[in-house]
Amino acid sequence: MCLAIPGKVESISGSDQLSRVGKVNFGGILKEVSLAYVPEVKVGDYVIVHVGFALSRLDEAEAHKVFDYFKEMEGLGELKEGGT
Amino acid sequence: MSNNSAKDFAPVCPVPIQQYPHVLLAHGGGGKLMHQLIGKVFLTAFRNPILETQHDAATVELTGKQIAFTTDSYVVQPLFFPGGDIGSMAVHGTVNDLAMAGARPLYLSAAFIIEEGLPMETLWKIAISMQKAAVSCGVQIITGDTKVVDKGKGDGLFINTAGIGVVEHSLKITPQNVRPGDAVLVSGDLGRHGMAIMAVREGLQFESAIESDSAPVHKIVLELLKAGIEIHCLRDLTRGGLASALNEIAEASRVQIEVVEKAVPVREDVHAACEMLGLDPLHVACEGRFIVFVAAKDAERAVQIMRGHDTGAGATTIGKVIESSSPMVSLKSAIGASRILDMPSGEQLPRIC
Amino acid sequence: MKYLDEYRDADLAQKIAREIHRITTRAWNIMEVCGGQTHAIVKFGIDELLPKQITLIHGPGCPVCVTSIELIDKALEIAAKPNVIFASFGDMLRVPGSTTDLLSVKARGGDVRMVYSPLDAVKLAKENPKKEVVFFGVGFETTAPATAMAIYQAEHEGLKNFSMLISHVLVPPAMEALLSSPNCRVQGFLAAGHVCTVMGYEEYFPIAAKYRVPIVVTGFEPLDILQGVLMVVQQLESDRAEVENQYVRSVHREGNRSAQELIQKVFKVVPRKWRGLGEIPQSGLGVREPYAAFDAEKKFGLADHRVEESSECLSGLVLQGQIKPHECPAFGTRCIPEHPLGAPMVSSEGACAAYYLYRRHVPTESAKTT
Repeated sequence: MCLAIPGKVESISGSDQLSRVGKVNFGGILKEVSLAYVPEVKVGDYVIVHVGFALSRLDEAEAHKVFDYFKEMEGLGELKEGGT
Repeated sequence: MSNNSAKDFAPVCPVPIQQYPHVLLAHGGGGKLMHQLIGKVFLTAFRNPILETQHDAATVELTGKQIAFTTDSYVVQPLFFPGGDIGSMAVHGTVNDLAMAGARPLYLSAAFIIEEGLPMETLWKIAISMQKAAVSCGVQIITGDTKVVDKGKGDGLFINTAGIGVVEHSLKITPQNVRPGDAVLVSGDLGRHGMAIMAVREGLQFESAIESDSAPVHKIVLELLKAGIEIHCLRDLTRGGLASALNEIAEASRVQIEVVEKAVPVREDVHAACEMLGLDPLHVACEGRFIVFVAAKDAERAVQIMRGHDTGAGATTIGKVIESSSPMVSLKSAIGASRILDMPSGEQLPRIC
Repeated sequence: MKYLDEYRDADLAQKIAREIHRITTRAWNIMEVCGGQTHAIVKFGIDELLPKQITLIHGPGCPVCVTSIELIDKALEIAAKPNVIFASFGDMLRVPGSTTDLLSVKARGGDVRMVYSPLDAVKLAKENPKKEVVFFGVGFETTAPATAMAIYQAEHEGLKNFSMLISHVLVPPAMEALLSSPNCRVQGFLAAGHVCTVMGYEEYFPIAAKYRVPIVVTGFEPLDILQGVLMVVQQLESDRAEVENQYVRSVHREGNRSAQELIQKVFKVVPRKWRGLGEIPQSGLGVREPYAAFDAEKKFGLADHRVEESSECLSGLVLQGQIKPHECPAFGTRCIPEHPLGAPMVSSEGACAAYYLYRRHVPTESAKTT
């Protein structure tokens, strides 16, 4: 549920997984976010953040797939019109 | 009219700080200490001959078709924020209220309710800031009042300013003059003031700080009037933001105002701060922004004139007034569907969930 | 790619909407579970782009709205105590209990503070060793990793003056409760994208199979919701009842393992009473024994009490999707955000509040797809 928004990891600090924090950039705002739950995240990655915690790493490849699907849909529509 | 430039004022507090580093109850008592405070802080900061008559009331001569008169109180916390402070805000705010009547602002009063214990240095800084603002607006602070309340009863400082200006045009600038076909223009991007305050309060850090947009807008308004723009209504955007102002006018003039969401300018970092705190930028307070309803034929020219000023650089058309049986403000959303843009209810609480 | 504006593109929205129009042959009722999705739908007017045959039913996905009135009363009792700093997310502050709300307690001198994260409350406890700091832990599974971490950290640092009033609720049991009701009209679900970011979506397979309903894990931006609806309709039109994932950029089938581990460590599943829905077994989270010292209900030893809900408030029916907010007789008159009868009118993600804000009048112009 709830307000979780995407941001870009600009820097990371902290020694062990649970205390790992990052400075995350949300459209110009920098906020310190706990990265305890996303050990695989590196600087430059985008994360989804909810109440000060990053919950997942945004998968750019997957995100692009969605837009490819939309483009495909357009092709499908045209084909159907041509066929009738 | 005083033409002192801002750099004439040295930022050194003239009240002997070693003796009175903080404002005491006695400073509001009517006796020696109060006179010292007024003399050393306010008279020194607001230097002008009318104020120096130190009479119960200031008298001035005014010419013009009508007098515009307004008052506002300022209770902002924190007292200092990126882009301004309670003092500069008070001056700009009152100047802008006068501008919304199309008046040329002339004189201000300033009443201070000081909480016992406020650092004298803070009071001095605010007084200087007010004078700086007054000078840049071309107004003088010519009368005032000082009270001190017990510690715990005053939240630092409250300021009330009242202002007089002269109306030198013959337009009827009121909500009742708004009519179907009018274009709705805004003077710049929204939400900076509210988010600048929220950021300080919530401890949000920015790459480059969001600064309050507190600024005077009377010069733009006067130029619009001089250029013969057919202005039907003006309204400055303060608490409640764009949504409040539009709803007030829709209600008062019994029209429907249609706004295009994509056309409303909001800076990226303000938008991000709003997303983060769950606030709607259309409901967030501004301080140096206004909307103007003009005859459709003058819209483009008006936008060009506004953009010629620093504080109007982001001016743009955001909507229009349409014929309707029920007064309301409707918004065409980014994806093309329509909804109501309502008054915000009560204080905006950041949500998470 | 910045992951926000791209998902609000008007042309793409129209395109997906046209496709939904093309394939819809019958009436379908689809429920979006999450309050954040409800809010987006109403704010962007997404339902206006859909064919008339599709009805979006707003689900109970507002944890603020479903927090039991008894728990709110307990929160109010704790917040009013001297020497307590009561910290809460912003949304809870105006939700009415039996007689008052947190903001009013604050106005009368209670130390009630709004925080952005549960870790802020832990910080308050460290900075105010002589005070008792209590955090109102409200939220679905999305928020549990944060509250779990706060308790875990507090325990790790040996804090004696920190505790949490827990009101965590779980989505799958609520969906089952809705589906097993004889009045249930829901034929397909948009599952909550951020809940599933944490928990994954394994739990939904048995539900889809048992009740024969398509379940599509969906995000929160207009394009996400439109695509989610499209995927549900595609399933419904072809008589399928599967679990699919629209929100692929954030959700994986197994969810976030490390978050789930810490939730398991600190919390256990308990029965919970949902405001407006009644008690649902195994539908909430409670604090495990090793962390009992951080359970505010135990620490403050507050007595349980039963509360009769105002019969005028129909939030239960709204939360179940039985009625729309504007169909409630009190809507917009005796129940408005300034004086709400129930939680969905207060919480900015409550369906009633969303309708009040954006839908009080019917707009004269609305976008229609051809």
